[in-house]
Amino acid sequence: MDHLDQLEAQSVFILREAYRKLKPLAMLWSLGKDSNVMVWLARKAFMGRVPFPVMHVDTEKKFPEMYAFRDEYTKKWNLDLLLGYCPPVEEMDPTLPPAARSAARKTAGLASMIETHKLQGVIAGIRRDEQGTRAKERVFSPRGASHKWDIRNQPPEFWDQYATPHEEGMHIRVHPLLSWREIDIWRYIERENIPLVDLYFARDGKRYRSLGDSDITSPVESNASTVAEVIAELETTKTSERAGRAMDHESEDAFERLRVAGYL
Amino acid sequence: MSDTLSAARLDPADREALLDTATPIVIVGHVDHGKSTLIGRLLYDTDNLQDGKVQQIIESSKKRGLAVEWSFLLDSLQIERDQGVTVDSTRIPFRLGNRQFVIVDAPGHRQFLRNMITGAADAEAAVLVVDANEGAQEQTRRHAMLLRLIGIRHIIVLLNKADLLGFDEQKIRAVEKSVTELLAQLELKPSLFVPASARDGDNIASRSDKSPWYTGPILTEALAAVPSGNTRAALPFRMPVQDVYRYDDVRYVAGRIERGVIREGDTVEIGTQGSKARVAKVARWNAADSKEAVAGESIALVLEPDVIPARGDMLFLPHQAPEKTARIRAHLFWLRQEPLRVGESFRLRLSTAEHQVTVASIDSVLRLDDLTEQQAEEVGPEGFAHVTLVAGEAIQFDPFSPGTSDGRGVLVDRNQRIVGGAPLLGPADLKNGHAIHPSAGEVDGAQRARSKGHKARVVWLTGLSGAGKSTIARLAEKKLFARGTDAFVLDGDTLRMGLCSDLGFTEADRHENVRRAAEVAKILTQAGQVVIVALISPLVADRALARKIVGEAFDEVFIDTSLATCEQRDSKGLYKAARDGKIENFTGISSPYEAPTKADLHIKADGVAAEENAEALVRHILSVI
Repeated sequence: MDHLDQLEAQSVFILREAYRKLKPLAMLWSLGKDSNVMVWLARKAFMGRVPFPVMHVDTEKKFPEMYAFRDEYTKKWNLDLLLGYCPPVEEMDPTLPPAARSAARKTAGLASMIETHKLQGVIAGIRRDEQGTRAKERVFSPRGASHKWDIRNQPPEFWDQYATPHEEGMHIRVHPLLSWREIDIWRYIERENIPLVDLYFARDGKRYRSLGDSDITSPVESNASTVAEVIAELETTKTSERAGRAMDHESEDAFERLRVAGYL
Repeated sequence: MSDTLSAARLDPADREALLDTATPIVIVGHVDHGKSTLIGRLLYDTDNLQDGKVQQIIESSKKRGLAVEWSFLLDSLQIERDQGVTVDSTRIPFRLGNRQFVIVDAPGHRQFLRNMITGAADAEAAVLVVDANEGAQEQTRRHAMLLRLIGIRHIIVLLNKADLLGFDEQKIRAVEKSVTELLAQLELKPSLFVPASARDGDNIASRSDKSPWYTGPILTEALAAVPSGNTRAALPFRMPVQDVYRYDDVRYVAGRIERGVIREGDTVEIGTQGSKARVAKVARWNAADSKEAVAGESIALVLEPDVIPARGDMLFLPHQAPEKTARIRAHLFWLRQEPLRVGESFRLRLSTAEHQVTVASIDSVLRLDDLTEQQAEEVGPEGFAHVTLVAGEAIQFDPFSPGTSDGRGVLVDRNQRIVGGAPLLGPADLKNGHAIHPSAGEVDGAQRARSKGHKARVVWLTGLSGAGKSTIARLAEKKLFARGTDAFVLDGDTLRMGLCSDLGFTEADRHENVRRAAEVAKILTQAGQVVIVALISPLVADRALARKIVGEAFDEVFIDTSLATCEQRDSKGLYKAARDGKIENFTGISSPYEAPTKADLHIKADGVAAEENAEALVRHILSVI
């Protein structure tokens, strides 16, 4: 087994654990590269099916290409799509910097979906290498009734034994991609031929490396217009993946505050 | 820095190597001995930092009036930077030449032991950081013990802050000797000692001119020489069943192969029940067809005949069976903040299997000051011990040995919290472990049957809520009693009033509810009774467990009433509440009901009077007692 085989096998193991242990369960589908890989891995785990709903927490500020992609692949992959919407930015914590405040809408939208569908498990595609606080995550991360993440009191997790809910109202965030790196994601996309929104590929010397809301995400300089070219680019770049995400640069702890409150 | 460590200009061989598995390396050591600084330094000196990261660290350091503080790289949380401590473990990918690593940073503070285990449990090798000036401290011993228990054998000792000793060879050799002796007590032999200064970068990624007497490998060279994870493919085949799916009329037995190889056509034995089946297909989706699968793969097997294994059942080749015993010797690292005492019960999770176990004895406890094993009544918070565990049924396992995934037990408490790690060592002699002595009765079952005029039996009624189980059971009980048969009903609601009042309706709690009901039923059969259990018991696996606990004298009866009828009856108003979202995990609504496929008696109850159904049940019972 090579590196990708091992990552795949581990993610499949995690998804099968989640499906067995957490009911009801749903997977977040943000339409980005990581979450497409995640949906693909679910199909690996369940012989071509995704046996639980996928959820799109819609800020209604995504790129039009993303909505088109969602509609196309919901059909093609036979997904049970749940849609949720986010409250207006005016209702968010005014002490957050602007981009983070805008991103906080997603936290609120997600929280409301979790409550509406009474979810016990939410599968999310975060990776440790994306951002410092994500590196501290568990594969099965318990969230209390308020959805808050208690960083200082995380359960032990070893030998593939994961936490399960033990109190009313709590749910588990499941992270099957935690050990993947950005370049692993791209190599897997290449190997499996997984479709992507074409905003990831360069047009006029720029491409998106990470996709968020259209008003707080910027493209990076790049001429990589195919998956192979993106991989070649990532092998040499030293720019961080989230360089184009405004909220990461506003203040030192904006991201951590969002994460503790339940953001991804 | 050598060119081969640079990120750019990869030649094809390097690119190939980048696809290799990353080797996890855990960095451990006493608080303030310099773990985070070491990691920061290592990443920087080997060109493994992204541009943004370096800038962030410089800014964060400036803000706090510090010189560049490399530990901020890992201590990425606000409280960590403010308080200068590492709260939780972090994993950072790291490339050295053409090899991938993942650095696991484990916090040194005592109260964060569980976070350290979380980070370190799957590491291939460890760097044990010891302040050359202070020598081994309490956490050095604790971490070293843990390295032994989780099976890490490849240990590099970094004698950090050697600059404080002026890189004096004699002084450093003295520290080396004392650390060697300490590790020897734990049967650990470090592969290397590196005198270094993480802060200044001496002997980390480049050789220091301050220690001309040291000619051994510097840290990066030592890491490059760490053996990569050895393959488990050559060991006897083991696949614990993770789940069973049925899609398009094909049943898939899903799981990850822990060791060995499986090929289509092989015959496998399934769990302790010993049934056998042939592997008809190794199934994958969107992958090249291959008739075999090896250790590490998460696959699905199609078996012939179409048996239904339960989660946790071990699949193995018939002539290569694992150990099987109900009394097990185990190591223990105890994570709960309260002490552990003999007689406490837990769930033992062993890959995908779960067993109820009781601590029958604490055989010795490790004293960390001098690393001696002592007799003790209890295991203190975050303590290490040898214990004997006793289960209600035989457990299949392979004894723990470093580098394999076998025998790695985890103890879970009533609240589903992981409270300890328990590498299983082997079967325990009966003479060890003295707390539990189930005594054999002087009156046997045959004598009781002669006296009562009938045999004992458990008749297990399963069906949806409102299917009529309790009504039918009570009617049958009355009829049997009237004709002199000693019958008794255990029904779900009664059990939940008392014996099971601490249980909810999650899958784990329902499982426990079934287990307790089955244990009580078993005791009642030992008293010679016919026990009619009326319990929804929605899962095939749970009913299989009940059958396993009770043994031969067990019948499964399916009270088959359609969901529509049950919901229409809704005698307890539960369906309405479930439909309104007021009850979670309600069988048939938000939680599955797995109907029996081959019940010993199938009562189709729709539109038939309860009286008539009870008659059918009585007829069946009379035919088996």
